[in-house]
Amino acid sequence: MTTADYERNMVLATDTDYKVIGTRPVRHDGADKVTGRAIYGADFDAAGLLHGKILRSPHAHAKIVSIDTSKAEKLDGVKAVVTSKDFPEVGNQWLKDNILASDKALYVGQAIVGVAASNPHVAESALGLIDVEYEVLTPVLTTQEAMATNASILHDSLTTEELGKDTGVVSNVASHTQHVKGDISKGFAEADVVVEREYNTKTVHQGYIEPHNATALWSPDGRLHVWCSTQGSFVVRDSLAELLDMPVSMVRVTPTEIGGGFGGKIPIYLEPVAALLSRKTGAPVKIVMSRKETFEASGPTPGSQIKIKIGAKHDGTITAAYAWMAMEAGAYPGSPVGAAVQCVFSTYDVENSTIDGFDVVVNKPKTAAYRAPGAPNAAFGAEQAINELAEKLGMDPIELRLKNVATEGTRRPDGPVFGRIGAKEVLEAMRDHPHYQSAKAEGTGRGISIGFWFNIGFDSACNIAVNKDGSVNLTEGSTDIGGSRTSIAMHAAEVLGIPVEDVRPSVVDTDTIGFTAVTGGSRTTFATGWAAYEAAQDVKKQCIDRAAIIWDVDANNLQMEDGVISSQSDSELKMTFKELAEQLSDTGGGISGSASVNPSGVGGSFAGNIADVSVDPDTGKTTVERFTCVQDVGKAIHPSYVEGQMQGGSVQGIGWALNEEYFMNDEGTMTNSSLLDYRMPTSLDLPMIDTVIVEVANPGHPFGVRGVGEANIVPPTPALANAIYDATGKRMTSLPMSPGAIQSADAE
Amino acid sequence: MPGKTYVQTTINGEHVDFLCEPRQSLLECLRDEIGLTGTKEGCNDGNCGACTVNIDGRIVTSCLVLGVEAEGANIETIEGVADGSNLHPLQLAFLENAALQCGICTPGFIISSKALLEQNPNPTEHEIRFWLANNLCRCTGYDKIVRAVQDAAKRLQEA
Repeated sequence: MTTADYERNMVLATDTDYKVIGTRPVRHDGADKVTGRAIYGADFDAAGLLHGKILRSPHAHAKIVSIDTSKAEKLDGVKAVVTSKDFPEVGNQWLKDNILASDKALYVGQAIVGVAASNPHVAESALGLIDVEYEVLTPVLTTQEAMATNASILHDSLTTEELGKDTGVVSNVASHTQHVKGDISKGFAEADVVVEREYNTKTVHQGYIEPHNATALWSPDGRLHVWCSTQGSFVVRDSLAELLDMPVSMVRVTPTEIGGGFGGKIPIYLEPVAALLSRKTGAPVKIVMSRKETFEASGPTPGSQIKIKIGAKHDGTITAAYAWMAMEAGAYPGSPVGAAVQCVFSTYDVENSTIDGFDVVVNKPKTAAYRAPGAPNAAFGAEQAINELAEKLGMDPIELRLKNVATEGTRRPDGPVFGRIGAKEVLEAMRDHPHYQSAKAEGTGRGISIGFWFNIGFDSACNIAVNKDGSVNLTEGSTDIGGSRTSIAMHAAEVLGIPVEDVRPSVVDTDTIGFTAVTGGSRTTFATGWAAYEAAQDVKKQCIDRAAIIWDVDANNLQMEDGVISSQSDSELKMTFKELAEQLSDTGGGISGSASVNPSGVGGSFAGNIADVSVDPDTGKTTVERFTCVQDVGKAIHPSYVEGQMQGGSVQGIGWALNEEYFMNDEGTMTNSSLLDYRMPTSLDLPMIDTVIVEVANPGHPFGVRGVGEANIVPPTPALANAIYDATGKRMTSLPMSPGAIQSADAE
Repeated sequence: MPGKTYVQTTINGEHVDFLCEPRQSLLECLRDEIGLTGTKEGCNDGNCGACTVNIDGRIVTSCLVLGVEAEGANIETIEGVADGSNLHPLQLAFLENAALQCGICTPGFIISSKALLEQNPNPTEHEIRFWLANNLCRCTGYDKIVRAVQDAAKRLQEA
């Protein structure tokens, strides 16, 4: 079979009884985004705008002895200079230090001084006139270095939390967490075959094309207004309020259009600096990062060291699994190891498991979330080990996974019991896919893998107001990074029985909508979609009540289906939503509905890959010849946008697997901080990315949505490692699997 | 403070003149002096393609062109691609094929793709991938962008 002989983007739909859900309308913000009219953060302008730049540390680890800004302040065109001293004294010092360092610089690129000037070139010139005296210290750049005895210490105040208890011991290990289920010594004793290896991964960046940006205006009335590209306007609001010691009601954040985030645009960086500069000048101040600053000073996802040991019986039953994972937090505690421990073995029903996780500070930028944070690192080890086990047992790797797969009722190694999940269905769809059923092309290797991400719920709010032409205005607070305005509007359209084109969604500022958590955790369509569903139910109920008043009948006898209100007892009584909308003003006033939700019925998602590669024997370069992504999404509200998430996550995973890494020199400077040298996949590096949408409805959502954004980045690195092994006989235990790494690796 | 130079150009069919400092890039001039912010900055060193514009029939990254070099140039930006309120077939194809997610790279991709289809009305998948290799997209994995360009080629041939 050739690749052209089958459906390349399949939807294995389970519930098709919808009018709007499952269709593929054009997004509401589409015309603005293909004509260049959409206003992203850096496009924002305001009268009297000043431009800010930031002086950053050239050292990975240094004491800041003194800062002299006097010469910079005298430069013509410079309007204000701020340092950490301009923060209020209260508040979390580490949070403040990551915005503007006070006594120590802990990574190259850490912000030290902010300057506002009449134009960006003047601000940049001013940076060269600032004198900072440093006392340079030895940097620690990996978990191995940081955990070594006699390691250089980043924070004198950081003591290790051991299984929830403060040890009082100063070290670079912020915490050690552990999850124990059953008894692994018993489990390994029962095993006929055991696989054990160590894996290492490097620091990588989310790589969004739009650098960070922020504009702030501190008004004379005391209110602060910020416009920025962020994944969570309320996160920015609340973080600013904390850092600047003001009530949240005094901060207003307007999210602009955002040019990608993938988790990296959840934290704040520039916003407080712009705010402090605005307070000093009384003018709006805009700061935009360069690409180099984005690499060096925004949060990447960590390098990690992972040890995996798995044992199984001859029949393939896994008897024990052990994981030891240390992840770089960057300069301040908070690596994604806490999420990694929740994912590493969760695909499998394992009787005996122990998982150790270590959060370790190093002299690199503070890590931020990156699409299923921590899970791809963990899967790179665990899913290679499973394949190795399959080989030793002489089993097909999908059959081994199916034999041990977690299903409803399985207790995860970290405690929670799974509800209805689709791991088994994903594996079956992979096994039955024409790609897996086909013979490999000559000279290629094939690898498979599966990955898990738990997804989150959290708060979302939505308001819906009915217009007299029968359309509705929908307002919500979730930054739209990939078409979520439309997937949220589709929830409302389905409930109201109107075309999605008659729903006008707007993403509004923090003064205008109820608290809404980040666009992240695969939660946006799940939770904000649910808020839209509830707000539309509110509108629907009010429409029925209004029709009952107009007809002078009992509302209990009325229904609203497909946008038509009708009576169950009198077939003469019929009115469309549009006809009702025209009469609202004369029959008691307009109708608007609202809802705030914090849904508990979160459904985790599984994604699997089948990857075929060829490896050039002369150069070690891997070419991805064919790639299939299968994911259980619960219900695909907008299948094209779901496929886009699956394809995008797959390709970020491919980049992580084959090319991407922060090259750090011994001094802790990133030596490849450009998009030429930090090599993300281009169109020429890739094949088409085939998709299979599996729909195992999540009973915790009205339409069965699970959330789709993240699980798809988990399986690519091990799938490609397994494919490279199949092609070359080389078991790649470190990322990235670059040409040089493959060339220098030994075959098993 | 360096003096400013008077530059005359044609942008999207209209005569446009502006003043710029010698150190300002064309990208900066388009965005900050002329107000055409549809052209985006992703890297400012020619590697991401978000600032791609067409100058005298050639696609270039406008961050690597100085504003003063644009004297006499005929420049097309994303703002000039639609015909009034009618979207160009490429713009329609990008929307209907879901070829954008965040949209920050989209102006560059549309300018690049338009130049490709003007030179090669029926490109193969490989030719599309080769041509667009200087435009980075981090959201889509390129699959739907390739499909959109193929779709636009078909629409243009049928038009």
